[in-house]
Amino acid sequence: MKVSIFITCLVDQLYPQVGMAMANLLTRLRVEVTFNEEQTCCGQPAFNSGYHPEARSVAEQMLRLFARELESTDYIVAPSGSCVTMIRKYPELFADNAELKLQAEYVRQRLYELSHFLVEVLGVEDVGSEFEGRVTYHDSCHLLRELGVSRPPRKLINAVRGVEFVELDDAEVCCGFGGTFSVKHPEISAAIAAEKVACIERSRADAVVACDASCLMQIGGMLSRKGSAIRTLHLAELLASPVSK
Amino acid sequence: MSTDNTTQPESFGENSRRALTNPLLQRALTIATVKATSARSVAVTHVGPANWEQLRDRAHAIKKHTIENLDFYLEKFAGNVERLGGKVYWAQTADDACKYVAELAQRRGVQEIVKSKSMMSEEIGLNHALEDAGIKPIETDLGEYIVQLANERPSHINMPAIHKTRSDVADLFAEKLGVERTEEIAEMTALARRVLRARFAEAQMGVTGVNYAIADTGTIVLVENEGNIRLTTSLPRIHVAIMGIEKVIPNLQDLDVFLLLLSRSASGQKMCSYVSLLTGARSSQDEEGPDEFHVVLVDNGRVEMLSDKQLRESLYCIRCGACLNVCPVYRKIGGHAYGWVYPGPIGAVLTPQMIGLDRATSLPFASSLCGACGDVCPVKIKLPDMLLHLRQRINDNGHIKTKARKRDRLERLSFKFWAMAMKTSRRYRYVACFGRLVQALIRKRNANGSVSLRVPQWSDTRDFPPLARRSFREQWRDRSH
Repeated sequence: MKVSIFITCLVDQLYPQVGMAMANLLTRLRVEVTFNEEQTCCGQPAFNSGYHPEARSVAEQMLRLFARELESTDYIVAPSGSCVTMIRKYPELFADNAELKLQAEYVRQRLYELSHFLVEVLGVEDVGSEFEGRVTYHDSCHLLRELGVSRPPRKLINAVRGVEFVELDDAEVCCGFGGTFSVKHPEISAAIAAEKVACIERSRADAVVACDASCLMQIGGMLSRKGSAIRTLHLAELLASPVSK
Repeated sequence: MSTDNTTQPESFGENSRRALTNPLLQRALTIATVKATSARSVAVTHVGPANWEQLRDRAHAIKKHTIENLDFYLEKFAGNVERLGGKVYWAQTADDACKYVAELAQRRGVQEIVKSKSMMSEEIGLNHALEDAGIKPIETDLGEYIVQLANERPSHINMPAIHKTRSDVADLFAEKLGVERTEEIAEMTALARRVLRARFAEAQMGVTGVNYAIADTGTIVLVENEGNIRLTTSLPRIHVAIMGIEKVIPNLQDLDVFLLLLSRSASGQKMCSYVSLLTGARSSQDEEGPDEFHVVLVDNGRVEMLSDKQLRESLYCIRCGACLNVCPVYRKIGGHAYGWVYPGPIGAVLTPQMIGLDRATSLPFASSLCGACGDVCPVKIKLPDMLLHLRQRINDNGHIKTKARKRDRLERLSFKFWAMAMKTSRRYRYVACFGRLVQALIRKRNANGSVSLRVPQWSDTRDFPPLARRSFREQWRDRSH
């Protein structure tokens, strides 16, 4: 099986280790991984801020790139529920252009968030990794509510050897990031994050795992400000951690 | 609008900061919203998630059908009310509606009106208008009564005094009612009840809202827990019901769907304590009930909302308040921060349509777009999509003058630049390189020894990670070579 990976701009620039972890993990699972360096951003920041012409101009070149990639690969996989959700909105964004809309609908069918891809397409739950410690999971909003993915990441985490999984109180409540919301209303955004962090602390977990780097940036930024020892880990990082014998 | 005019939608930033620094408000909001959301979840589990989805779909379909044929159902409803001896007044504006009620009271020599809780009366500013006409409105819902005594505006659609703690109410009652201060809830409610019962006994006119209006039968339906609506509609000799034109539904079978959804969504109750179905004025055979029954049908911008395909669904709202309770933003800032009558996600969608986009430009952006509101909405209003659409509309209307005009221009420019930078991977790489160069200027060391960046609007409250020394694409290139 051949997969073209979409590395979101946040992962590319701030958390490259997440992208590498995902690539290594897929390779380990005998998937042939390709990465097209022409990719940039899915367009979500502009789209969610109400700048549709700007979002469209960026999204169009990404859409064409994904369509080209799918000529030689089977799927597009990304380490983000949020960016996948944005790309899944392309048919609506290009509703007035028959050619692009058709392409967008095709891409939409072949596009997966990582945990969803592992469990649904590859049919894998135990990826053979190992991590010593208590781990909790935060549901990213778009992954949970737009893509309806809540069980796959939990199955994957539970199968990691050495992990003691604990459910987070209010796991499905937003972390308060919300893209530009986090800088437009920093006080509200941080107050919401503080609630999330309080739940994480109550879980007494060593690490909080999520499937979106954006949530982890928000949660991690708050944990770090509080001087907390709790680690933030992208699911890909947890799953790529030392392979058990 | 109510008498509390201290907040406005355009001062959302200040309003919310004030709310965030009020520890009592924070506590009150958490207790009430957590209680309501968990009760709702339990209720939905009892119904069964699949059944619940079916009910939501059905409710959505009924609303869609009725709103798309609103003229037909409204005329049918009005015709039936009149046939049964009621009077119908079509009010185009808030002023028209207020004037009708005030003039009716004046003509009948009424000086005091008992009122039940009604968001419509808040929307049209009825209390204010009545006071201006020399008529005293008395709120009889306990929460509304508290809010009225405090000279405030409700901060929630169905829990109007959610922002007040027990101690706040004790202070308020001691001050305004001249009684000895007590924090005993039973004593406080008994006191309010004594005061209000006396008003009920004297009142000549009662004003209520309407939850549902049945076109087929000319019936109005009112849902409540306290029993004050029953008194308001049965003791005074005149009953005036004011309703938005979107409240009509075709028939009594449809009502069933909404009764199953409403109280569960609002408070997790299977059924509210009182559900009143009132049909027409008192006839010669009826032993009790008001002599006069008036229905005021209020447009106040709804016809325009109806013609707006993108936002029309906001007329489906049944005012259950579930989207407020579940909203992480509402939970932190409460209803007053939204600055007008309707708070929370539904308020952020309704307010710009009702008072004008230019007077509420902040509200559609007051959301992390987490989608929880859309998920709980019993009539499946796509709230996040509407917020997105309003954001776009605000940006597309460059002429809208907002308070933060300068910042808006800067934002527009930033996104133009962003779009150019993200258009090709070469430009994207240049921008990233530039970022890595300049980040040295804003680096700081955290208390725990790690490094973060000073980013405006972020770093006051959280740490921001530095850009990675080498991006993924650089690392990937190394790996492939």
